[in-house]
Amino acid sequence: MNQELKELYQQVILDHNKSPSNFRKMENATKFAEGYNPLCGDHIDIYLLIEDGIVKDVSFKGEGCAISKASASLMTSTLKGKTVSDSEKLFEKFHDLVTGKLGENPDIDELGKLAVFAGVQEFPVRVKCASLAWHTMINALHNKAEKVSTE
Amino acid sequence: MNAEAEAAVAVSKKKFDVNKIREDFPILSKKVHGKNLVYLDNAATTQKPNYVIEKVNKYYTTMNANIHRGVHALSQEATEAFEGARIQIKQFINALGKNQIIFTRGTTEAINLVASSYGRANIKEGDEIIISHMEHHSNIVPWQLLCKEKNAKLRVIPVNDNGELILEEFEKLVNEKTKFISVVYVSNSLGTINPLKKIIEYAHQFNIPVLVDAAQAVNHLKVDVQELDCDFLAFSGHKIYGPTGIGALYGKVELLESMPPYMGGGDMISKVTFEETTYNELPHKFEAGTQDIAGAIGLGAAIEYVSKVGIENIKDHEQSLLEYATKQIAEVPGLKIIGTAKEKTSVLSFVLENIHPHDIGTFLDFEGVAIRTGHHCTQPLMKRFNIPATSRASFAMYNTNEEVDVLVSGLKKIIEVFG
Repeated sequence: MNQELKELYQQVILDHNKSPSNFRKMENATKFAEGYNPLCGDHIDIYLLIEDGIVKDVSFKGEGCAISKASASLMTSTLKGKTVSDSEKLFEKFHDLVTGKLGENPDIDELGKLAVFAGVQEFPVRVKCASLAWHTMINALHNKAEKVSTE
Repeated sequence: MNAEAEAAVAVSKKKFDVNKIREDFPILSKKVHGKNLVYLDNAATTQKPNYVIEKVNKYYTTMNANIHRGVHALSQEATEAFEGARIQIKQFINALGKNQIIFTRGTTEAINLVASSYGRANIKEGDEIIISHMEHHSNIVPWQLLCKEKNAKLRVIPVNDNGELILEEFEKLVNEKTKFISVVYVSNSLGTINPLKKIIEYAHQFNIPVLVDAAQAVNHLKVDVQELDCDFLAFSGHKIYGPTGIGALYGKVELLESMPPYMGGGDMISKVTFEETTYNELPHKFEAGTQDIAGAIGLGAAIEYVSKVGIENIKDHEQSLLEYATKQIAEVPGLKIIGTAKEKTSVLSFVLENIHPHDIGTFLDFEGVAIRTGHHCTQPLMKRFNIPATSRASFAMYNTNEEVDVLVSGLKKIIEVFG
């Protein structure tokens, strides 16, 4: 496989696409939002259980490409246990990563597993795929009832 | 057909040489990610032959001027070239008169023109307009806007599992409230060729006018407006090897004459005072402002080129590509073709089990293969098939079986990575 393509579709991403974590509806969610990318028809629902400012549980349902599905999967496993304000900060950091604002060598420590999405910056049309779950999560936190659209 | 004519057809068929055709399209020698470009996104837009590029270039380098009212030499030359393009279109679709050909920015504008001008003047509260389930958004939204404004109702001809219109259901939809029908000739998502002649014949029994969206038809089939007896027909230049931003609307004279102008401005008037304006004659009544002169000339050139190659030759070549591709692609495990109508143009829409079209599109791009992935501006149709999107390979006169092989082997590689 071509190197650039390999960096986009890293094994971790392919694995999460195949068997995503936290891929379920949450009955006792305290926050919920729907995300939609009209460009490709991707659709992701985000469920959050927030207690005392902490993300106790987070899950997602929906359909999308490997990038958006893996991104949602990795986001949910990363956010669990974090505070709401840390989650918001991480969104900013992730967004900077996929839009290329962090440059070639992102701070791996802070991003953890999310660093696998560094390859996305080479594919401007795929930034929306990687960030759909994140935008939807932010909307859920802010109680925005209207559907998130990445267009 | 007599023996002489048959022999002539055989000779002209022999003349079709895809390698020669490819030499006419400079972009086809481009490399993408280090691979030979395999351009299979022709239903979105076609590439342009040198003949078209040079005609546009020649207009700007030797005759650029505004048309119709200039008395100087350049203006007259430009006017002649612009009006010459109109005659090319008239002959190509076999219209009776060149005044029936109105230049627009494309199919979308042509449909909007009819919805806005004819529609606003004729559609009343409680009336019904019929479209089909396989329309492009450009043949849905203008009618929706009109229905909303007039409190009229949009009715939809259903589609069967093969992606064909269900004609019996269409006939049931037609009633005394039906005042207009607008249907796509060839589906951009599925390639289905719709039985427009039958639809028009049926509609005309009840004096209902029919608009044909021929954006995906004129580049694949012989389109004859007199034989179809359609009331309006719309198409775009860029899908028939011409420039973007130019297209045409054909209309029957009595309808066009009766319709109010779509836009006001220069060139569409014959006399203006502050009290009253009399409008110019057809087709100028619908061509306000300076037109896309270079675009029209480019479209005329594209039609000349297509006519020279021969629409029948193009059709035969594309049908053989479609047949080959349909057979080859069936070997890809887990692949399902969406759109299996008996009558199809060279469009192959498909879904691959558990692999999203967007990933397929990105992956194939690195093999040099350009295909379309998404809903193809036909969201209601995607919903009908219960899928969010498809991958679509669409073939043109310059594609080859070898390119089909590149597509198929690319798809097999994707399965190895994602499967």
